[in-house]
Amino acid sequence: MAAFLYFGRLMDVAGGHREARTLPASVRDTMSLRAWLDEVHAAPGVFSDPAVRFAINDEIVADAGELADTDEIAVMPPVGGG
Amino acid sequence: MIALLDAPFEPAEALKRFEADAVGAGAIVSFSGHVRPQAASGPVTSLYLQAHSPLTERGIEAAADTARERWPLTSLAILHRTGKMAPGEAIVFVATASAHRRAAFEAADYLMDYLKTEAVFWKKETGPRGEAWIEPRGEDYADRRRWG
Repeated sequence: MAAFLYFGRLMDVAGGHREARTLPASVRDTMSLRAWLDEVHAAPGVFSDPAVRFAINDEIVADAGELADTDEIAVMPPVGGG
Repeated sequence: MIALLDAPFEPAEALKRFEADAVGAGAIVSFSGHVRPQAASGPVTSLYLQAHSPLTERGIEAAADTARERWPLTSLAILHRTGKMAPGEAIVFVATASAHRRAAFEAADYLMDYLKTEAVFWKKETGPRGEAWIEPRGEDYADRRRWG
């Protein structure tokens, strides 16, 4: 199982901050993850948007970063504080 | 000093502590950002800030390191709130100290542009019309690009 953490407006899309999901064998990098998340959350284009970034085990990764089914995957919309 | 705080703080007290730490500097610059009572979409009753530790802290530390490399700073402080805030409450406090004013002004400006556009935070405004997640504006990204 992979642990998903959703942030900002993506918590509303995913229905919560945290969930565990088994990654299908076809999802082993962030590009295939984007398409899969669009599908599982019935949110076409939301996770495929390049403005959405991923941190795998607390490291921000660029596409197409590798994934394992044991990873913690943070799903992050554009950031900004201040 | 760099810290994320989940409770209200007083920028005036933070500045007093910073001035004590920065004794000997010729120039001290400080900035505090506060929750606006009014947004483009209407009145704001509260602002919520979400962070993702340790990414948020690590990113701010890296921006502070860049500022120290780029300008001859003798001290630097960044305090940033998380959680729920009321209008008027301080969100952020940045202070820089240097021998002369230009370095202190520029480094504080640079750090604020980092915090507005790259620091790992998400902001939600709540008002009579409901809740809305807020992302950086075009001007914020344009400000950030000034530093290359």
